[in-house]
Amino acid sequence: MQGHTPFDLTARTLSGCGLSAMMSRRGHSVNGEAIIRSIGLLRERGNGLGGGFAVYGCYPHYAEEFAFHLMYYTPRAQEETERYLDEHFELVHEEHIPTRPVEGVDPSTAPALRRYFLHPKPLKLAESMLPTAEDYVLRAVMEINVRLDGAYVFSSGKNMGAFKAVGSADQVGRFYRLEEYQGYIWIAHDRFPTNTPGWWGGAHPFTLLDFAVVHNGEISSYGINKRYLEQFGYQCTLRTDTEVMAYLLDLLLRRHQLPVDVACTVMAAPFWRDIDALAERDPEKAELYRALRMVYAGALVNGPFAIVFGHRRGMVGLNDRIKLRPLVAAEKDDWVLLSSEESGILEMCPDPDRIWAPRGGEPTIVELDADVFPAVPSAVTRADFGPLAPQETTR
Amino acid sequence: MSTSYIPPEFRWTNDTETCCRCKRCIKQCGWGALRWEHRVVADQQACVGCHRCEVFCPESCITVLPNPTFYRPNANWTLRHRKNVYRQAESGGVLLTGMGADQDFPVLFDSLFLDACQVTNPSIDPLREPMELRTYLGRKPEQVEVAVAADGRVSLKTPLAPNYQLAFPIIFSPMSYGSISLTAQKSLAMAAEALGILWNTGEGGLHEQVKPYAHCAVVQCASGRFGVNVEYLHAGAAVEIKIGQGAKPGIGGHLPGEKVTADVSTTRMIPLGSDAISPAPQHDIYSIEDLRQLIFALKEAVDYQKPVGVKIAAVHNVAAIASGIVRAGADYVYLDGVRGGTGAAPSVIRDNLGIPIELAIAAVDQRLREEGIRNQASLIAAGSIRSSADMAKAIALGADAVAIGTAALLSLGCTLCQKCYTGRCSWGITTQDPELTRRIDPVWGAERVANLVHAWAAELEEMLGAMGVNAVESLRGSRERLRAVGLDDRTLAILGVKPAGVGA
Repeated sequence: MQGHTPFDLTARTLSGCGLSAMMSRRGHSVNGEAIIRSIGLLRERGNGLGGGFAVYGCYPHYAEEFAFHLMYYTPRAQEETERYLDEHFELVHEEHIPTRPVEGVDPSTAPALRRYFLHPKPLKLAESMLPTAEDYVLRAVMEINVRLDGAYVFSSGKNMGAFKAVGSADQVGRFYRLEEYQGYIWIAHDRFPTNTPGWWGGAHPFTLLDFAVVHNGEISSYGINKRYLEQFGYQCTLRTDTEVMAYLLDLLLRRHQLPVDVACTVMAAPFWRDIDALAERDPEKAELYRALRMVYAGALVNGPFAIVFGHRRGMVGLNDRIKLRPLVAAEKDDWVLLSSEESGILEMCPDPDRIWAPRGGEPTIVELDADVFPAVPSAVTRADFGPLAPQETTR
Repeated sequence: MSTSYIPPEFRWTNDTETCCRCKRCIKQCGWGALRWEHRVVADQQACVGCHRCEVFCPESCITVLPNPTFYRPNANWTLRHRKNVYRQAESGGVLLTGMGADQDFPVLFDSLFLDACQVTNPSIDPLREPMELRTYLGRKPEQVEVAVAADGRVSLKTPLAPNYQLAFPIIFSPMSYGSISLTAQKSLAMAAEALGILWNTGEGGLHEQVKPYAHCAVVQCASGRFGVNVEYLHAGAAVEIKIGQGAKPGIGGHLPGEKVTADVSTTRMIPLGSDAISPAPQHDIYSIEDLRQLIFALKEAVDYQKPVGVKIAAVHNVAAIASGIVRAGADYVYLDGVRGGTGAAPSVIRDNLGIPIELAIAAVDQRLREEGIRNQASLIAAGSIRSSADMAKAIALGADAVAIGTAALLSLGCTLCQKCYTGRCSWGITTQDPELTRRIDPVWGAERVANLVHAWAAELEEMLGAMGVNAVESLRGSRERLRAVGLDDRTLAILGVKPAGVGA
């Protein structure tokens, strides 16, 4: 028991799950109807104890503001948090997050839900001596989540939002009225926690700035991943595996500026035998892999996982390196679809051009086209990475 | 000299009914404890209980038992204390011993239990799936920088410091030629080469016969500087500065002149028959800044092409000392716990100075992480790694690799009689007597040592698979995979381990 958050935050939640995601390479937006139906179809993979969504492009009117989604379990938590936000940020807009009563989402367990569109106070940002506004926001999120009892920031990116609750994912989607939102990336998750305290914050996705992660699996290397992250100032407060994923992505992509595919080879590293074999064909590339494994040994995510993570420019699906959890991918025109099951894909898109099962450790990387979102120099690359070629099945 | 007051420790008997009178036992005994007087007669006082004769008796008619002599029990004045007093009353000297502490010290490894997967995450079958034990010893940068070319090709920008690639997270601990026989050392060297791991010269120089295996040797630079020259430093795979040893922290070494044979004298670069004294401290290292100078002098000498590590005994302030060593530029830190072995040490030092390796490795790993410098050096844990389980637990506590000495010698026949310092080892391990050393054929010895390491590696793979991970780095420092039974809260906090019964 920790303060006013009515759950044991010291127990790590283990869970199995289902996930679905869709993204338009052209940045075309759709509403949440298709993704809600897809994740609803995978209901057998969850147990009604947690569902959630991430949507990118949902706040075009406040696109340059950080959108904070807050859960409050006590009025005092709200008071303290708002005082903190007032002190550190300039608020552009704030409001209740609109919901509707839905069967399966128990209002008695519900926290108060509010969202704030804000940016750091320039003077405070300068005083903080932090290099970027993102670092400033990150620190604020950590402080609120660690220090303020009963308050929890569950979304903090720009022009994107996470929505999650205890319930089945499709019920959670209806609860948050997501068919009324538009987005070019939708990521959904239905949860089967094995020892859940029934806490809304425990549902997926987990977010940090623009990153949103949904995760099916249990990280067998959690102990060392957590200790590795602690060296870089990340505190794993939520005791969920998925939090580790979010922090690793933040470290590798944002702080260490690794391209997405390189970050994926850190988390789902190629085997030494494959690197050794590659050394004969391409010694330079093998040397890169060797260095990545040596340096980022603590960031290797071992054990079963399938994740989908979103960021402003795109979306990535990734399995553990021996594919111990399912993940299916498909393409239709400018849309790429990911799901735990083929049925989840067909529910979003009945006639995909191509459908395949990505191999273990092989990332499925989807980006906005360059003319839609001009590439940043240090950003995502599409290099043909890794010794494994995609295994394709044509329908 | 009057008769010793100490009765024999062992009772040697043979069954004269079945004895075939081949006299092999007499020949096998390096201690001269057996002689022929129409039958085999034992000088019970001289028997050290090494069981060489027993193993080599073709009729299996020899039995060596503890002497059942009964003294009035005294829980305070144990027989051990009484015998030591008698010995010192007789000799007036410091009591010597060999190998690691034999007392009933708490072994924290035995209070730690490893995790396994059930249902929510799958275990992995190492017979069907890849299982990776490869380990790199050396300094790593904090992050990797890559260059992305216009065509999208990604390449490495961060230069890497020299690292040594180990096929298994196991190396052999330093054992000098002098303390052990050349045949024993060559067995370890050949095994290391075949296994893809490292052996260690100890402070004894590099003999001609093991030079072909120098490419997988750690060459040690200890306080006596025996055998150290530029050629020696360049020959090795890594250079190690020896500050201390778990069995004798804070004291040096003494190889008596009688053991400095022509060969030993050449290898150590000292006069024939002179005592080889390793001073207690290194006389050019009286401070951490002095250590830094030696580390960089050695790095200069090897053109920054090899890792330079530092070996210390685990003592009370080990975390701060290790932190200083890493900041002084060491590429690895070798921690040797209180239960570690030796060829010769005063018993009082061996049995009373230092701390157990479990606590040392946990404290050092945590300290280096808190200071953000854990990536700058590898950690080697030593000081009685008795099994693959000890190895797995040491790795889970934070070690990159373990070093084994006693276990490797056991595989060559050692029975832990603890008489290494006498130079009469009947097994041919800790002796320079050519009659005894030729009992070890290095080809045979290397095979047995390699068998041991392969067996431990296979067991480690089984344990990793049961824990659902397929690379050793996912266990390294993952204390979440350990639970403890019967340890107090403070010890648990130092180990960073939860009590058994507490879940994730």
